[in-house]
Amino acid sequence: MSDASTELAEPRPARDVLLYLNGVTVSFDGFKALNDLSLIVEDGELRTIIGPNGAGKTTMMDVVTGKTRPDTGEVFFRGNEDLTRLDEAAIANLGIGRKFQRPTVFENLTVFDNLDLSLADTRSTWRTLFARQTPERRERIEATLSRIGLSAQSGSLAGALSHGQKQWLEIGMLLIHDRQLLLLDEPVAGLTDRETEETAALILDLARDRTIVVVEHDMAFVRSLGARVTVLHEGSVLAEGSIDYVQNHPRVIEVYLGR
Amino acid sequence: MADATQIDTRGAWGPGFWLKFAATGLVLAVIVPALNRGVSPNWFIAVPDYIVPLLGKYLCYAILALSLDLIWGYAGILSLGQGAFFALGGYCMGMYLMRQIGTRGVYQNPVLPDFMVFLQYKELPWFWYGFDHFAWALLMIVLVPGLLAFVFGWLAFRSRVSGVYLSIITQAMTYALLLAFFRNDMGFGGNNGLTDYKDIIGWDVHSPGTRLGLYIASVVGLGAAYLLCRYITRSKLGRVLMALRDAESRVRFLGYSATNAKLLVFTVSAVLAGIAGALYVPQVGIINPSEFSPGNSIEIAIWVSVGGRGTLVGAAIGAVLVNLAKSWLTAVQPESWLFLVSWLHGSAHDAGEWLIRGIFRAENWQFILGALFIGMTLLFPQGIVGLAHRFHWLRWRGRAAPPPVDDKPIAAEEQA
Repeated sequence: MSDASTELAEPRPARDVLLYLNGVTVSFDGFKALNDLSLIVEDGELRTIIGPNGAGKTTMMDVVTGKTRPDTGEVFFRGNEDLTRLDEAAIANLGIGRKFQRPTVFENLTVFDNLDLSLADTRSTWRTLFARQTPERRERIEATLSRIGLSAQSGSLAGALSHGQKQWLEIGMLLIHDRQLLLLDEPVAGLTDRETEETAALILDLARDRTIVVVEHDMAFVRSLGARVTVLHEGSVLAEGSIDYVQNHPRVIEVYLGR
Repeated sequence: MADATQIDTRGAWGPGFWLKFAATGLVLAVIVPALNRGVSPNWFIAVPDYIVPLLGKYLCYAILALSLDLIWGYAGILSLGQGAFFALGGYCMGMYLMRQIGTRGVYQNPVLPDFMVFLQYKELPWFWYGFDHFAWALLMIVLVPGLLAFVFGWLAFRSRVSGVYLSIITQAMTYALLLAFFRNDMGFGGNNGLTDYKDIIGWDVHSPGTRLGLYIASVVGLGAAYLLCRYITRSKLGRVLMALRDAESRVRFLGYSATNAKLLVFTVSAVLAGIAGALYVPQVGIINPSEFSPGNSIEIAIWVSVGGRGTLVGAAIGAVLVNLAKSWLTAVQPESWLFLVSWLHGSAHDAGEWLIRGIFRAENWQFILGALFIGMTLLFPQGIVGLAHRFHWLRWRGRAAPPPVDDKPIAAEEQA
């Protein structure tokens, strides 16, 4: 599937490539979850990735974050960091954060502690044993709490939050870690319309000073982000361009509507 | 399953804590010895000499239970081979005690322990070198279990073996050691193990004074182990461990090394178990391969779950209570049960007597323990400590835990 059609992006200053995937293939028992996938995300870009179920969206994130090793292909971050050689923790420490499809927060820790563990700091096991809370850290955590609207829940167990609050807490965890690249897997799944709107605003706000890749099903939400869209199908790129371009693309319509 | 006691992660070292800690220490390390030595043995509150090593033994089990709770309750690592580290620490102490016998053994060999003479060893195996020095024995008590746990843990955690698979391979580890230590040519006394000790750093192991000293050493060991475990679990590392237990891959994506965090705490836990074993051996007077039996390690998990997993205090309480029950059921019983039945019914029926005698027998202990485990897990998943929290028994006036704790009993009831 190499006949991906791409709409030329409107002219703009050239930016550095932040994430580079070339010819990535992952197969599970003969099923090719990713099939010769090539994708480039530029530094500072907000990118949305859509595609029908099984198109390889989550597998793509697994490959970038080190959870899954590709069978073939290369994955580079910032030009020279070969992500296929690193484990999850090392990749996270390079500056790549990930939000899971299902909100994954530490249910038996408080909201405050969830953010505390995410706050950029030493990750050394030995040093975490002697780590102390400082006023600066506390301030940053409280600032993040108010940004994600969970100040009142600071001392509650994360497990007691509503579904929407968990999604927000997870975004807050990525936010406070100060990552260069954020991968958000379906950030509005199961949210109410109002929560979806608020999340879109939050993502646009976050996108001002970092690169974000959003995987999403909700087309209204994708449209509200107004970003460049990549359509995945059967493990490779089907089309790429603005939302209007891809929605009117005959192959995309065929894949989404009929077989 | 959230544990009520795990929420209070800050302010853990306030005066209230130290008061309770000091009070417990006072009772165990001052009042019990005073009742043993300071009062007339005829007085009803006197602690007889034979009780002292028994209490010491329970305290060693409490340290062992703490070591398991540290990894199981907080990091979700259910080691079913914890008894192996305990036994290895015990063997190190046993080797020192054997070397102290010297010419007082049956064969009066100044260097070789009796079993080696009997098995026709010509010279001391190399791994027995140095064990005539107490300091060397102490070093080995820490190093041997610690090193085994480090290597085993490194291999297991690096390959991301966790959950039930980890439990099974730890169980296999202790079983393999059991078989190895049964062999006479291993050089550890085979089936009979190491026994017939005479003295420890110059003190007669059988004298009441030494026994009291060993008991106090066990109290100190328990106190130190508790403080260490409390420090680790209340530190940021403790929160990383709890996070690992609940959502391991999330922790990895945050950039923490799950392997290193687990490895550190697994190794600390093994060292604690080894120290418990080393304190245990001189008080019971023997170490043999049965300490490696898989059943022993499973029993430790039962103590922890009966007391309350992930609470530390609960683990220690569970170990002491279950073992008290075991001693009582297997030694004092069944007459006491018959007494109870006859008191309730007015007279002991033959059938009742037959039933009671049939059930509460030493060899049925495993079944009673299993029933206890199943019952506790089904009815009180939070163990004794969770139960106490539910009834506010431990809630000190004005020292109420933070609000989330109040949600807890409801959740526990829903589960029950």
